[in-house]
Amino acid sequence: MRSTLKASALALTAALAASTAFAGSHSLSGDLKIFLDTSNPAPRATMEAMIGRFQDMHPDLNIETTVIDREAYKTQIRNFLTADAPDVATWYAANRMRPYVEAGLFEDVSDLWAEPAIADNLASTKGAMTIDGKQWGVPYTYYQWGIYYRKDLYDQYGLSEPTNFDEMKSNCQTLLDNGVKCYTIGTKFLWTAGGWFDYLNLRTHGYDFHMEMAAGDVAWTDDRVRETFANWRELIDMGAYVDNHQNYSWQEALPFMVNGDAAAYLMGNFAVAPLREAGLSDDQLDFYQFPAITEGVAMAEDAPTDTFHIPANANNKEAAREFLRFVVSADEQTEINNGANLGQLPVNASASIDEDTFLEQGFAMLSSNSPGGVAQFFDRDFPAEMAAEAMQGFQEFMVFPDNLDDILARLEQVRQRVYK
Amino acid sequence: MTTAALPDTDPPKRGWYKRNEIAVTPWLFLAPAILFFAVYVIIPIFQSFSISLYDWDGLGQAEYIGLANYQELMNDRAFEVSLWNNLKWLVFYLLAIPAGLFIALFLNQTVTGIRIYKSLFFFPFVLSQVVVGLVFAWFYLPNEGLLSNMLALVGLGPVNVLGDPTWATYGIILAGLWPQTAYCMILYLTGLNAVDPEQVEAARLDGAKGWKMLWYVIIPQLKPATFIAFVVTIIGALRSFDLISIMTNGGPFGQTRVLSFYMFEKALSEYGFRMGYGAAIAVVLFLIMLVFIAYFLWSMYREEKGH
Repeated sequence: MRSTLKASALALTAALAASTAFAGSHSLSGDLKIFLDTSNPAPRATMEAMIGRFQDMHPDLNIETTVIDREAYKTQIRNFLTADAPDVATWYAANRMRPYVEAGLFEDVSDLWAEPAIADNLASTKGAMTIDGKQWGVPYTYYQWGIYYRKDLYDQYGLSEPTNFDEMKSNCQTLLDNGVKCYTIGTKFLWTAGGWFDYLNLRTHGYDFHMEMAAGDVAWTDDRVRETFANWRELIDMGAYVDNHQNYSWQEALPFMVNGDAAAYLMGNFAVAPLREAGLSDDQLDFYQFPAITEGVAMAEDAPTDTFHIPANANNKEAAREFLRFVVSADEQTEINNGANLGQLPVNASASIDEDTFLEQGFAMLSSNSPGGVAQFFDRDFPAEMAAEAMQGFQEFMVFPDNLDDILARLEQVRQRVYK
Repeated sequence: MTTAALPDTDPPKRGWYKRNEIAVTPWLFLAPAILFFAVYVIIPIFQSFSISLYDWDGLGQAEYIGLANYQELMNDRAFEVSLWNNLKWLVFYLLAIPAGLFIALFLNQTVTGIRIYKSLFFFPFVLSQVVVGLVFAWFYLPNEGLLSNMLALVGLGPVNVLGDPTWATYGIILAGLWPQTAYCMILYLTGLNAVDPEQVEAARLDGAKGWKMLWYVIIPQLKPATFIAFVVTIIGALRSFDLISIMTNGGPFGQTRVLSFYMFEKALSEYGFRMGYGAAIAVVLFLIMLVFIAYFLWSMYREEKGH
């Protein structure tokens, strides 16, 4: 009696399991918990609309979206990945995801990358998603960095977009002679200085050297590193940057450019929206690639990639994988990255780019004019601890360039500990 | 035989609780507090001690490294800077006590509308530290700020208080003094109400006035208020975190960090993955606090015994 009961119960569970598996291959069900760090109004609306479209395709799926403040998310992610994992979570590519990959908290999604729809269309960002030969998530957007400048000011003083360091400096001198600072920057939160180091180092020694540094294979006291800082110092000694930049956040540095006190800003494409909102028209605002410094060094760019991951402790990985496929599909990529939404570059090669001068210029630059390679960003390429110390050193260098020896010796000490 | 006669005189049987009621009840009432205090305060202190002996990123495996974290602290200049800043906070934050006393003396009079003035002086303490930090950060702004404009009126050049590594910490302490002075003031105002008028009268008859009256008659009577003001100010100085985070974020280049902020940066912030190192900093901060805690407990114990 008991054995037959057991057997029938087993059969029943097997049948149930089979039927859910069967149902799963057709339509998704259960809960799908999504955590987003896109807390700014426009990205938030974009993401919520995208999730709405995914919901329409899978009406049986119970989607639960949580939007967390972008800065708070950076510290909360450790807690929720270990304690109460969602099924899908946003994060950043390259070294920024390494701690979680190494702790086994992100799901290996190499199987998705083997599918032709992704393998053929997302090849350009595959490297940034790869650690130890496996892929740990998918990108959903990326954006170029470069110099955004006041075209009207350049025209007024008869300047053109510089293509090498000498032109860059002579442009700057003209501006300074007319009482305009060359570059605005706010280094209170340090990372903006990381952008300047990235570009100066990429232009002085090239992508491969920069990546060797990121991997910890070059001493900070190396003469080549000093050359990069020497170039930087030329700009600092000219007075190229706005004064007291250590007091400002990147947003607080925008008014200098809007008011015409500074002519240019080395920034990511996300700076365009607030500059336009502050009243700069597209006649006043333009973009150029960071000029070459050392002749013969291939141009390389920063293009930070934002990503989606499946936590290893997720419950509904099947639905999560389907969501990742949906996010990177050409149609969705075209939609979410257009000017009305994120205003950034789609990661899918089959997607189309919105008609926006900055997106078009950025896309052209990244696809045809950065033969050296594409880096993520200083704090995403370098390990967290190295990045934190180094960016603090950059800020100090920008205020007190004479402290360079001391700064480099300190960073070298940190390097020896971090990459042991 | 004797036992047979006894049962009648025995009291009726009572439960264990009834028999021990007076001894047990206080502990029953204390139990929830003791439980939570143990779980959230006492046990974490020991956990911090143990974590500080490990190299741990908070995610993966922790590796036992003995006292290596503490050895590293000895050579860490950022730690040294934070420690000195903590000392500066401790010393200069205490200025809130005399400042609060003098405002309290000034306001301790019967004039029409004095309550309004008192509330106005007390107002900064009601504000959130974040708001105080923001207001002072704007006040200090190098070009647009009120301070630079005021200095310009008397012909002094603009100063960048929060951007200058030498002055930034003092700038933040000053911002912290604003609400803390108000707090000390209110403590002294209540203390002044309890000053014995007869003693003042007697002192006056003996010819005491001005500073002598204050020093020998009033201040000794304010001792309880001074003690509480000292306790809250020391505690406030040691847990200064929000103002630093809002006003400078530890910068310029880490010169305004204090131990609590440095611990947060190393262990919990965006780039911080060194739980063991952070715990070691926390242990040092705890030891500093322990000195004061021991002093407070000791003086309270003495007080109790005196009565």
